[in-house]
Amino acid sequence: METVTSVVCPFCGCLCDDLEVTVQDGRVVNIEKGCAYSLTKFLNYHEERLTEPMVKKKGEHVAVGLDEAVERAAQILVKAIYPVLYGWSSTSSEAQCIGIELAEELGGVIDNTSTVCHGPTVEAFQEMGHAGCTLGQVKHRADLVIYWASNPLQSHLRHMSRYTIGAAGRWRKGRDDRTLVVVDVRKTYTARVADYFVQVEPNADYELMSALRMAVMHEEIEQEVVAGVPVEHIEELADLMIGCEFGVLFYGLGLTMSSGKNRNLDAAISMVRDLNSRTKFVMMPMRGHFNVSGANKTLLWQTGYPFAVDFSHGYPRYNPGVTSAVDILYRDESDAALIVSSDPLTNFPREAAESLARDPMIVVDPHRTVTAEMADVVIPSAYVGIECEGTAYRMDGVPLKMRKVVEPPDGCFSDEEILRRILEEVRRLKGGK
Amino acid sequence: MDIAVRDGRIVESADERKAKVLDASGMIAMPGGVDIHSHIAGPKVNKGRELRPEDHLKHVERKTGLTRSGVGHSVPTTFMTGYRYARLGYTTVMEPATAPLETRHTHEELNDTPILDKGCFPVVDSNWFVMDYLKDGRVEECSAYISWLLRAIKGYALKLVSPGSAETWGWGRGLMDIEDEIPNFGLTPREIVRGLCMVNNMLSLPSPIHVHCNALGSPGNYRVTLDTMKCVEDLAVEGRPAIHIVHIQFNSYGGSDWSSFSSGASELAKYINGHEHVTADLGQVIFTDTTTMTADGPWQYVLYKLTGNRWVNHDVEAETGGGIVPYTYSRRNYVNAVQWTIGLELALQVEDPWKICLTTDHPNGGPFTEYPRLMAWLLSREAREATMKRINRRARRRSDLPALDREYSLYELAVLTRASTAKILGLKDKGHLGVGADADISIYRIDPSGLDISKDFREVRNALRRAAYTVKEGKIVVKNGEIVGVTEGRTFWVDAEVPEDARKEVWMDLKDRFEDHYTVSLENYPIEDGYLDRSAPIKAGMGVART
Repeated sequence: METVTSVVCPFCGCLCDDLEVTVQDGRVVNIEKGCAYSLTKFLNYHEERLTEPMVKKKGEHVAVGLDEAVERAAQILVKAIYPVLYGWSSTSSEAQCIGIELAEELGGVIDNTSTVCHGPTVEAFQEMGHAGCTLGQVKHRADLVIYWASNPLQSHLRHMSRYTIGAAGRWRKGRDDRTLVVVDVRKTYTARVADYFVQVEPNADYELMSALRMAVMHEEIEQEVVAGVPVEHIEELADLMIGCEFGVLFYGLGLTMSSGKNRNLDAAISMVRDLNSRTKFVMMPMRGHFNVSGANKTLLWQTGYPFAVDFSHGYPRYNPGVTSAVDILYRDESDAALIVSSDPLTNFPREAAESLARDPMIVVDPHRTVTAEMADVVIPSAYVGIECEGTAYRMDGVPLKMRKVVEPPDGCFSDEEILRRILEEVRRLKGGK
Repeated sequence: MDIAVRDGRIVESADERKAKVLDASGMIAMPGGVDIHSHIAGPKVNKGRELRPEDHLKHVERKTGLTRSGVGHSVPTTFMTGYRYARLGYTTVMEPATAPLETRHTHEELNDTPILDKGCFPVVDSNWFVMDYLKDGRVEECSAYISWLLRAIKGYALKLVSPGSAETWGWGRGLMDIEDEIPNFGLTPREIVRGLCMVNNMLSLPSPIHVHCNALGSPGNYRVTLDTMKCVEDLAVEGRPAIHIVHIQFNSYGGSDWSSFSSGASELAKYINGHEHVTADLGQVIFTDTTTMTADGPWQYVLYKLTGNRWVNHDVEAETGGGIVPYTYSRRNYVNAVQWTIGLELALQVEDPWKICLTTDHPNGGPFTEYPRLMAWLLSREAREATMKRINRRARRRSDLPALDREYSLYELAVLTRASTAKILGLKDKGHLGVGADADISIYRIDPSGLDISKDFREVRNALRRAAYTVKEGKIVVKNGEIVGVTEGRTFWVDAEVPEDARKEVWMDLKDRFEDHYTVSLENYPIEDGYLDRSAPIKAGMGVART
């Protein structure tokens, strides 16, 4: 039995890096310090596994060798005029970089899950910038913590204890030193432990945020109620925000994917900017997948854009709504797809999913997903952060090295290795034309 | 004269029958350019890329059989950075500000920056370990910590950014003078600068401390710069510089507000001319649209308030922070025009080219791709006048620049862009073409016998934009301004030895306090050697003689 310490958890954007993982006979048998998700992940990652590369022949998946699967994958991609390479948020940055090179080589599109997630956050950042920080800054300094349209007690289980209200920092020692505010459409678990809960009408975040901004700037609000919230409450919250020493606004998909989308973020960014003329205030998106932040970053340094990057002209182009995966699929423009560590058939809008299912499809994933079931080529991969190493970026941008604690099943390689082989095969086929 | 190259180095001679011969007759050859200060990689540069999709549309490059594609004018993608520097004849570039906690990201980008040799400078002035040690006067322990840090994150030199202000900015406040006290730490910027200068000496680091002075960007700040240089006068060792002032133009302002804004260049130049312990780089402003980015959070906030442009802020726990604001320098704007004259006044008034380096603080004063314009202004009075007559009239009237006749020689230009930078960085195999030097060579289609450098500055400028050849470690990477070879550059970092007991003591401190300071484990903070594509450690430390 062996215990590995300081293991980084490959589940959510918190990227907790203090796990103690006990391994026996090549199997994870215990986890200390991890949350329920982390525990479930480490103890069950080997279930529903893909272990053999498969190629669809006459409508049936047939087990083949890796070489044949790679060759078939490369043939599909080389033949395609406009392939879409999608996923990328649950793999390493090293793999993401090879994915970008592959998309460039193919003249295709590479897009990651932020396209259906925090894409509006990114668009708002591009339009206005934003004031942020690393999570430790919150741990040491924040006396006011706001979760807006985010429910960390069910989505990011250790976020509050490790980084925010419960964390012991240099100047804030814990819960008693901080005020917790939750804004949400329903009384969530997180709202139940909050000092203030503000219930906003669904799809009215923009109105509430704008009113709050007015109150922060001491402007008069004529209505008595905005977005279901009495103006006295809005003014009280504004006073709380102005009066804090260090405030932070965490927000989730309730803000990015409800009515208004990136405009909700415009309002939030404007408010945080204004607050900085009165006190110290920052904001941060609650990123979901453990390396979705990295998926944006690798694309940015290699192509200049965070998602939805199109190489069909030989250089990177970006136009979300046109070059984003869902929109391409809506228009039925793609003619092949490579899906890496993602299951879009289960979470894309129906027409987009149907369009995707019509494309010749290659899936690289550790698990037997719905998308894998429909794929023409399936290549099983090693699980990043459990069975292989790689770099990942926390929701605040802090990079961490994911560890390998057990060996992958025989014949399973890392995404990085698989993609490199596909890229080589693509180049060989193109050279041979 | 022939330059012989073998195995990536310059050698005494080569067998001409076997060697590949580059005919550079009628051209000039220089060592490959060495940029001492250019923000090319890491979290803040990448946030700049994110912030400026419109910047990318201006400048796109297609993929070729040899090169990757990319975009960007002021914040180019990593591959573009490598290719564009090589086209200018530059082969070594230093990324001058990285938050240690996020330096893994910086190295990822440096790995993806082709051709160039490179390194990065951790920002250490607001680092809690540093401040806690210096507050207690524990310089030796601080040295041992810095030695650990440089090794842990593979850093090259110590960077101070508006010393102490990242800590105060954590509470939303700036730090405008070197005598102001940092709340909760009972320490002043002066004590931080002096303390880290002593640490630098104790560890015999190859380069002096690199200091971005307090009050950067503000009218009247030249006094702060003077005070900062003066405060380490007594710390120079054996005639070596004790302090390098980065992008000094941004810290050379007179006046007391924006309307009385004026040049403080001559006072600073006079001080530098009279003292051997200080060097500086220019941070010249170029009239263009660019992206400002520094670890100076409070200044970036001020700039956002001044311009109303987009604003990014990013504070890093227990270490530093930073901000980004897009900015356009306009020649018609009084302040911008004065900034432009200040940089050139400094370059022309500092007598010894070994004390000053050519930079634009890319991309803060303008993108590095505009260096040839700056070079032409230094080489040719006529080039300066051509621009000067188009700048804001009041700025022109008030400037000393029209009275400055000096024109740099090409030799002096080579000092300013290669030799002085290599020397200040302590890169002994760079910046010269002597036997044993790295075979990094740039060749330009400039014939000093046939050209009047001063009059034909446009031709010279064009030649400087597109090197006839750039040779990196003996391999031809650029021919006629086009990339013909792509190589992988080295990443330099400093491996500084300290005595065993000091090392142990600091390790105990780290084990005690690290996880109180950070939200990552001590075990996960260091970057393993193999993470760098081509790791090139340079030895230093107590008892290691500096060469």
